[in-house]
Amino acid sequence: MSEYLYVGKSTPRTIETDKVTGRAVYISDLRRPGMLFGKILYSRYAHAKIKGIDTSKAEKLQGVRAVLTGRDIPEVRVGFLKDQTVLKKDVVRQFRDEVAAVAATSPEIAEEALGLIEVEYEELPAVFDPIEAMKEDAPLVHEIDARGRPVRSNILPLPWKFSAGDIEQGRKDSAYIAKDNVRTTWVNQCCMGTSGCVAEFDMNNNLTLYSQTNVPFLGKQRIVEYLRNIGLKGSRVRVVNPIVGGSFGTKLDTDIYEFIAVQLALRTRKPVKILFTREEEFRALPPRQPAIFEIEQGCDKEGKLTFRKVEAILDNGAYTSWGATTPSVMMMPISSLYRVPNVSFNATCVYTNNIYCQAMRGYGNPQATFAVETSMDSLAEEAGIDPAELRLINCNKPGELTPMRLKITTCPLDRCIKTVQEKINWKEKRGKRNGRGIGMASLIHVAGGARVYKSDGHGIMVKVDQNGNVDVLESGTDQGQGSPTVISQMVAEALGFRPEDVSITLGDTALCLWDAGTHASRHTFMAGNAAIRACDKAKKQILEMAVEHMPEIVEYKLKRKERKDPDFQMPDLDYSLISEPDKLDIKDRYIFPKNQPEHPYFRMEVSEVLTRGLHVGTGESKVVVGEAFYDPPTEMLDREMKGNYSCTYAFGTTAVEVEVDRETGEVKILNLFAAHDVGRAMNPTLVKGQIYGAAYMGVGYGLTEQLQLRNGRVMNPNFRDYKMLTAKDVVPVVPLVIEEPDADGPFGAKGIGEPGLVPTAPAIANAIYDAIGVRITDLPITAEKVLVALKKKAGEQS
Amino acid sequence: MEKVSVSFTLNGEPVTIEVPTTWNLLKVLRECFELNGAKEGCGVGECGCCTVIVDGDAVNSCIYPIPEIEGRSVLSVEGISGTDGGLHPLQKAFLENNAVQCGFCTSGMIMSAKALLDKNPEPTEDEIRTGISGNFCRCTGYVQIVEAIEMAAKNKEGNF
Repeated sequence: MSEYLYVGKSTPRTIETDKVTGRAVYISDLRRPGMLFGKILYSRYAHAKIKGIDTSKAEKLQGVRAVLTGRDIPEVRVGFLKDQTVLKKDVVRQFRDEVAAVAATSPEIAEEALGLIEVEYEELPAVFDPIEAMKEDAPLVHEIDARGRPVRSNILPLPWKFSAGDIEQGRKDSAYIAKDNVRTTWVNQCCMGTSGCVAEFDMNNNLTLYSQTNVPFLGKQRIVEYLRNIGLKGSRVRVVNPIVGGSFGTKLDTDIYEFIAVQLALRTRKPVKILFTREEEFRALPPRQPAIFEIEQGCDKEGKLTFRKVEAILDNGAYTSWGATTPSVMMMPISSLYRVPNVSFNATCVYTNNIYCQAMRGYGNPQATFAVETSMDSLAEEAGIDPAELRLINCNKPGELTPMRLKITTCPLDRCIKTVQEKINWKEKRGKRNGRGIGMASLIHVAGGARVYKSDGHGIMVKVDQNGNVDVLESGTDQGQGSPTVISQMVAEALGFRPEDVSITLGDTALCLWDAGTHASRHTFMAGNAAIRACDKAKKQILEMAVEHMPEIVEYKLKRKERKDPDFQMPDLDYSLISEPDKLDIKDRYIFPKNQPEHPYFRMEVSEVLTRGLHVGTGESKVVVGEAFYDPPTEMLDREMKGNYSCTYAFGTTAVEVEVDRETGEVKILNLFAAHDVGRAMNPTLVKGQIYGAAYMGVGYGLTEQLQLRNGRVMNPNFRDYKMLTAKDVVPVVPLVIEEPDADGPFGAKGIGEPGLVPTAPAIANAIYDAIGVRITDLPITAEKVLVALKKKAGEQS
Repeated sequence: MEKVSVSFTLNGEPVTIEVPTTWNLLKVLRECFELNGAKEGCGVGECGCCTVIVDGDAVNSCIYPIPEIEGRSVLSVEGISGTDGGLHPLQKAFLENNAVQCGFCTSGMIMSAKALLDKNPEPTEDEIRTGISGNFCRCTGYVQIVEAIEMAAKNKEGNF
């Protein structure tokens, strides 16, 4: 039996009842008095000079309140490398470049006004292939950098170079070497709720931004900085999260539309909402970062890995957002998935006139793990070793310090591999080449935060009122993962209350304490650790109150009993049982002496004490509030790109069985077992939900999903042509929750938001190879690619 | 702008509105009645977030022309809870089985499920999957949604 009352239970998401009744307020539902609607005009070219813009007709349209171009607002640079402006004044560098914006009394009028804006362009030569873009004579995407200095190359000043050990020695020690070329593509996050925000200024230039951001505090800081740079010094900014309709990475950066809404709100002095259409969501939202890998790794005669060398080229698109930082995460599987002594990784990010990229679930890890894990199968074949065996030989172990200096604490990777091996009947089914095949892939991911900023902290406040209701103010965000439910379980456990007593307020910079954001699968880990500390403080206050008031409560009750029942014998109570806070505890809303939990008089409902002790009378009144700021003992990457950036790491293995139709090239998934190391599952049903959803997204990444770009233009900006899986695409996912409580995790928990996606695509690719003997390392593995590969193989054989 | 006056039944109550002829049912529900449960996920009838029930059939309200609604009966997610405020078995099952993550698809998903169960109270898994095949979900992988609908079908109290 578990020692816990609430964590580890599949508490239903009752706290989110509004989501099933239509009452939940998403950004699309948010209305403010006098609100206007903003729309954005995008570029008609992938690369062009703006010769002139005529907005006069749009301005005259009835209902239009403001029309802005790059000439109307200060030219302030924004973004990770400060390589773009909010509205582009002189040059457009991609089709999604924002050229003008309108605020009007209805979205329809704003849309009509966009059609009346006349822009004259002079087309410039463009470059769409990152390898072409690296050449000396390639057209330059940017002519100057953020400091105004001339730029000579499309290669970003972001050299991602990592090396550990000695590659040449590793090569010499190798009996077998495998070398592969791997490609991954653009994928849209496809949140069901499209992007949007509402910006509203008061008359003192203080801004409230209703934003879907996952990083309320970092987002707020970007807006504060922007306002300062446009001349609004001293403006206060409050960022408020509405209910968020999915994120998957899209809400990590502050997007240009948010700055545009701020500008329109400032100009009109009205609240302005910008809400993307689905087409905009596909055309103007930064997708997952694509990558081209050259991977080489070797092993000795026994199968021990000797070296791993990876060269990557990243198509950055026209500007820089978080996509360009994905190598910081790619480095993790490349250096630390399985034990490999000699590692080298170089990534080059290149400007092109394509769409620029952002974060998406896994943040570089799915791309890199696809390379590492398909290459592991190549190497297994070279060495004549079973691929599962090769993985077990090189399996990560607890206590290991990896070449990147990651400190592995708990690590049940061998259990994950062996579990899926058994479930899928590995030995029986492998190696038949009869159109059916099986494959596996593993992962390592951050599961105890990720120190990408100076602080990886998380603030939390826990208040208790006289009725025993608990309010938790907590600055993470919930984009659907179920944090309110899980946090209510953890707070209930730590405070000794019940989950239904707990109400959670998320994502409001005015109410909540600072937090680095809800990304990197960090929310449960951080909020839980912070909650335990804050609850300790609040609990101590309640127990002190109990010591003070319990005797009088008990005496009052006894006297009342005596009055009502003349035969009542006054008991001789040992008040020393409740004389100090340390002698008391709270569980399930009841306060009791630790030595006699079932004491007939000293066990009482917590609100009896709270009613007596909270804000009554003068002078002596008290409140119960506990706060904590948890910042894990981790390191930022140093100059050599080494450092233990997470407090703990999650492992997992997915095994897949596929059937490949040789006539059509179609791949059907017959079985998918996903074993994941979660530390301890805080809510098993919710954990499974994360694994199901992530595995489905991984299958899409592996087989069907691709944002198709032709000369920089998105060709499939709708759900008809962008193939997301539907309920009819049955993938029999079996989540296997591997529990090995982590000493640093709250109640033993590790993060599990992203891992489920990471090993899915390579497991599928490896299974396809087992089924038909062709290795496809270019995502997505569409039926067309399978057919072409089969034909090529048949040609080679004949 | 040319306007049309239409009368129909909305969540059991007779209503009459006058709106531009170009408006669709989704816009009417959201703008005239502040019923925000049905969502616009794509605006072109591909994602199902806007699903409501019209005369017993699940429809994409974002492409349902408003003049067509005259005399019909419309049920939205706001109309399926009990008069006592209690949740519908589908709503309960969705919460209990983690069939709701971000929740943006949920209203439409529940309405498609309801239309299915009204016609076919004991559907097979395949029939359930067909019933919600027009409703996209990015969070759940559909598994716990299908299970929730199965759960609701088993625990139904009276009519859906």
